[in-house]
Amino acid sequence: MSEMTGAEMVIAALADQGVEYIFGYPGGAVLPIYDALFQQNKVQHILVRHEQGAVHAAEGYARSTGKVGAVLVTSGPGATNAVTGLTDALCDSVPIVAITGQVPTHLIGNDAFQECDTVGITRPCTKYNYLVKSVADLPHVLHEAFHIAASGRPGPVVVDIPKDIQFAKGRYFKPTEFHHRGYRPKLKGDADKIKRAVEMMAAAKRPVFYTGGGVINSGRRACDLLRELVKLTGFPITSTLMGLGAFPAADPQWLGMLGMHGTWEANWAMHDCDVMIAVGSRFDDRITGRLDAFSPGSKKIHIDIDPSSINKNVKVDLPIVGDCAHVLEDLLQAWHHSGAKPDKKALETWWAQIGKWRAKKSLAYRNSNEIIKPQYAIQRLYELTKDRDTYITTEVGQHQMWAAQFYHFQEPTRWMTSGGLGTMGYGLPSSVGVQLAHPDSLVIDIAGEASVLMTMQEMSTAVQYDLPIKIFVINNQYMGMVRQWQELLHGGRYSHSYTEALPDFVKLAEAYHAHGIRCEHPGELDDKIREMIEVNKPVIFDCVVDPAENCFPMIPSGRAHNEMLLGDATTRVEDAVTEKGKMLV
Amino acid sequence: MNTTTTTTHYPAMTTAEPIETRTLCVLVDNEPGVLARVIGLFAGRGYNIDSLTVSETEHEKHLSRITIVTRGTAMVLEQIKNQLDRLVPVHRVVDLSSGGPAIARELAMVKVRGTGDHRMEALRLADAFRARVIDATTEHFVFEITGASDKIESFINLMLPVGLVEVSRTGVVAIARGPEGM
Repeated sequence: MSEMTGAEMVIAALADQGVEYIFGYPGGAVLPIYDALFQQNKVQHILVRHEQGAVHAAEGYARSTGKVGAVLVTSGPGATNAVTGLTDALCDSVPIVAITGQVPTHLIGNDAFQECDTVGITRPCTKYNYLVKSVADLPHVLHEAFHIAASGRPGPVVVDIPKDIQFAKGRYFKPTEFHHRGYRPKLKGDADKIKRAVEMMAAAKRPVFYTGGGVINSGRRACDLLRELVKLTGFPITSTLMGLGAFPAADPQWLGMLGMHGTWEANWAMHDCDVMIAVGSRFDDRITGRLDAFSPGSKKIHIDIDPSSINKNVKVDLPIVGDCAHVLEDLLQAWHHSGAKPDKKALETWWAQIGKWRAKKSLAYRNSNEIIKPQYAIQRLYELTKDRDTYITTEVGQHQMWAAQFYHFQEPTRWMTSGGLGTMGYGLPSSVGVQLAHPDSLVIDIAGEASVLMTMQEMSTAVQYDLPIKIFVINNQYMGMVRQWQELLHGGRYSHSYTEALPDFVKLAEAYHAHGIRCEHPGELDDKIREMIEVNKPVIFDCVVDPAENCFPMIPSGRAHNEMLLGDATTRVEDAVTEKGKMLV
Repeated sequence: MNTTTTTTHYPAMTTAEPIETRTLCVLVDNEPGVLARVIGLFAGRGYNIDSLTVSETEHEKHLSRITIVTRGTAMVLEQIKNQLDRLVPVHRVVDLSSGGPAIARELAMVKVRGTGDHRMEALRLADAFRARVIDATTEHFVFEITGASDKIESFINLMLPVGLVEVSRTGVVAIARGPEGM
């Protein structure tokens, strides 16, 4: 094989890994790679406007396709700007390979221009990272990076390449074996544990499936197997924010999302169940609420590919380490093989109880003819887009929770949101990546006006690449979730949560050569949403909503699932939060 | 829902489990940054390190062995093992305290300064503890002592009144009893 430069190896490895798009921003320490990019047409580079946007765009691409997202940034500020995105990808288990330029090897440690300790800084916010000190290592490292990013519990991997290594020449090859023998994710679950799970499920009187993003990460097959198992058993199912879409929201067995802003029926079912089947979910504090009161009477089965997710927050009775698709397949087989039958009679009683909880209609809100309620805006958006091929991204805050509550997902990988890290500014760049991967689909970022301003500059990227993303801004002029907590927990002292000088979003859209729409009245909402869908260019939709609306139901910090608050209970919220609860976020 | 604001306090941790001390052996690829990954994990997640030693043990395979003495509840200790296991360059994590007490030793060098009776006393105590003299002048001794941590601890305490100057300790290295390897 002929020799090539390190920079050319980067392109060759990306192409060999099937990378269509790489999101990046050039700079001094990656110029050789940009030069190599210029002289080829296998990998298309997407120029973002800030490196954080590059990672979020790659996340959107990865989560909507199931492939690895690729990022290319320069040393120093390029790498540090990417840190938020990398941490976001780590928290939400998104496979990313980020290539960072580094100052030449002989200058490392000399405080050179645009030098930073990239591997040091990114060590705790990546699944793994490399500093490549010899061009001979480069082919192996590049391919191994993709292997590690995509296998097991996915995550971001950084490959830091000094500039002299990019210029150096060596032999390129595609390795088939990887030298980290300690890294072998366990895919198959233990057969005897799966057998026990079947026994526990068959004996259950008040069971519930509690599924998370792990099912979606595991792939389409895992979602199909989950659907089969839920149908077969007749058990109710609820999902986390990250798990929405793995099971169709239109199905009668679906209880809605659980957790801090989950439905009454989902949280009560979790609290009162006798057998909980957790699949690819991690008992996060947004889910459990007060730990010592979390589902006190249940036996818990936990299926997860990451052993460190098991028994981290909640002690479970039956841990099964393995990939969701593998374990669910074996579980289904074991269920059929054992001739297990769900306890029909007990389930009937259980469903009757769930029916009573459902009758609470915990997502109800008071609509208005005068002012747009944010829930209504998302409901209308859902109704007018549900029959289309639609992908939804979000920013972080109230609008995100309302989107999760009122936009109903029937399929996986249609919902891209920053769950673990809660990164404001995630949605817009993420939708850039989603739209590139799905050029003919409708891609909508359900945004808040505060969040979206954090990464607004990526509108320029969308316009440059003719990506007709729709930024649906739920504009309440506040950092809504911050305002809500200040109202409920801090005596209504709205410390710095009101944005004094918002831009005119219509003019802002026009300044970017995009299309701007403002909607201030409920009566004009439908027509304007239709206009947004019809326009074949990026749109900023400024949906002016009731600034005082709060997001309910809500489990106040430090409270248990059966202590959740409904919209009408607003006045009692202050009493419901203890001093200790205020300490929690 | 009618509880008052200030009277109810929730415990920070849900259970008052006892704190245990464990000795973990971690087999890792001897690659740049591996120790930083391990230490960073402990620092970042708020785990305790009572003692940590590291050295390459299998030269051809580029494997290093890290011995960590740590403390926590049973659930935290399980987390520590699982989190360590999750690091890419980590091959194996073995809890040496799980199969009964492991063999654990430390080496210390102890510098003592003094003349006359103090000097004689230091030598007598060193003899009783089987510490060796590895450096000496008419004014000082440096003792080398090997043993379990508590033995070294008591030797150092005894050296205090006779003129202890300084101590350097390796930290704990440990190995499982019996014929099996880790």
